[in-house]
Amino acid sequence: MALIDTINPLLTTGWSKGDAGWSLKDYESRGGYAQLKRILASKMSQDDVIAEVKKSALRGRGGAGFPAGLKWSFMPKAAAEKYVVCNTDEGEPGTFKDRDLLRYDPHSTIEGMIIAAYAVGAKRGYNYIHGEIFDIYQRFEEALDQARAAGYLGERILGSDFSFDLFAHHGWGAYICGEETGLLESIEGKKGQPRYKPPFPANFGLYGKPTTINNTETFAAIPFIMGMGGEAYLNLGKPNNGGTKLFSVSGHVNRPGNYEVPMGTPFAKLLEMAGGMRGGRKLKAVIPGGSSAPVLPADVMMECTMDYDSIAKAGSMLGSGAVIVMDETVCMVKALERLSYFYFEESCGQCTPCREGSGWLYRVVHRIEHGQGRPEDLDLLNRVTDNMMGKTICALADAAAFPVRSFIKHFKSEFEYHIEHKKCLVSPEVQRAGSGFFRASSAAGAA
Amino acid sequence: MNKQNDMLSPELSPEALRKIDREVAKYPADQKQSAVMAALVIAQDEKGWLPKETIAAVASYLGMPPIAAYEVASFYNMYDLHPVGKYKLTVCTNLPCALSGGVHAADYVKEKLGIDFNETTPDGKFTLKEGECMGACGDAPVMLVNNKRMCSFMLPEAIDKLLAECN
Repeated sequence: MALIDTINPLLTTGWSKGDAGWSLKDYESRGGYAQLKRILASKMSQDDVIAEVKKSALRGRGGAGFPAGLKWSFMPKAAAEKYVVCNTDEGEPGTFKDRDLLRYDPHSTIEGMIIAAYAVGAKRGYNYIHGEIFDIYQRFEEALDQARAAGYLGERILGSDFSFDLFAHHGWGAYICGEETGLLESIEGKKGQPRYKPPFPANFGLYGKPTTINNTETFAAIPFIMGMGGEAYLNLGKPNNGGTKLFSVSGHVNRPGNYEVPMGTPFAKLLEMAGGMRGGRKLKAVIPGGSSAPVLPADVMMECTMDYDSIAKAGSMLGSGAVIVMDETVCMVKALERLSYFYFEESCGQCTPCREGSGWLYRVVHRIEHGQGRPEDLDLLNRVTDNMMGKTICALADAAAFPVRSFIKHFKSEFEYHIEHKKCLVSPEVQRAGSGFFRASSAAGAA
Repeated sequence: MNKQNDMLSPELSPEALRKIDREVAKYPADQKQSAVMAALVIAQDEKGWLPKETIAAVASYLGMPPIAAYEVASFYNMYDLHPVGKYKLTVCTNLPCALSGGVHAADYVKEKLGIDFNETTPDGKFTLKEGECMGACGDAPVMLVNNKRMCSFMLPEAIDKLLAECN
């Protein structure tokens, strides 16, 4: 299992026993489902639940950072049929926190979804789980069975007037389904092509009914917020950036893994928790919020704190909290080539600027990487992104454009070197050594 | 009917249909189509891959047009619309994995099996695929065996062990 470390653990409190601590009994022994019981027993009003979440300044953990309480408050009161949907379609390169959340503590997400359903008046919910983590989907189904058997799901929950049932739905390999309306289409049994917004899901969601859709980590935080109170949760972080956050640290660090830290923790501290740079090599660049977030050079990143506002000020996005760490062995052209291929491969194809533009970006970066770049290519790439950004139904086109623009902006000389010399500034041997694949092998062989 | 005939017939076994019924029950009564993704996986598990006739059989069982089921089967990349080997290995080569050896792991498997991406070994045992982010970047390099089994930290020794286990 990936490594875990925390400062002020909330979401990861239940992770210490690894795969042995996920069941309902374990969760209850940690105080699980106490908040649901309290809300139902005290007949807390829906508005009071939403007010508490608003107070916490909990912002959506999937990437967009939209305030969760505000989102819930958009749900129409009168509608008879409403849904709550959880987005565990975790496919943003670099992100692997929701997998561990459902693996080690699925019931916190379930309790969070039940409380959300109570607050918005939904009777049915779905958790959409990334197809590639089928074992986690099976665990979540087991956890649902446990919750149902204990009376936390189903008709008249814990003897109250409130009924809600929850089901798991799995994806089967489509990044675009992480986009909330693509995800809803996918639950409806269709291609996961995003819908025009507006109307937003709160008015026209699953099966055309009002729907609240949040990320797994957002729902998992709800029981803790209700337990400590919105204000105490907010104060764990910093103003407008409430609470703790899971950061998935990958790439060239000694201990890749999930780290839960208060919002506003310095990046340098997070890097230290992740064991520092692999092999003591020098930090070159960081993508701070998943592959769709603009890359930042080492010196800029080292000055950042890990919260929405600090990262935005530095010119990137906190996104999903996926921190991709790159050291000096990385060829930035090759790194961008792989990301551009990803967006080309995953564009759903319905909007021309994205379908065609993502292919253009990939092909031009590919030819630069392979020694066939032309001096005008960097301008060409930027012009193609101009024709993509903000011109499509969903944000995938922007997500394809951000890496291209930021890699060129911050590492222009490396691209120019490639075009002029038809090879990498970083030698192939150095690049090969960077991954640790061969070295780990020979070290193990020697031992 | 023997196993071989089962594989060739587009019809699904009673057991597969029971599994599909369990999926259908998760959705509102008038939304059976919602179960199509899970139903296609169940069908793929039974048949090894998804011939058009099997996709049509799933569509008919769920009361949806065959083309609507085919759209789903061709949109999501873990459905196999062509025959694959007994073991389909999908290696993530996306950037976070590549930083920790994902591409090198894929190269290693290619060399060991003597095939490239999207090829099957002559004995029909292995098919190799290039995968996109599986959401497990902390365990890089990662690969999937037959879509459902995630293998972590796939350095050379781990790959050797995996290939030896696949009989």
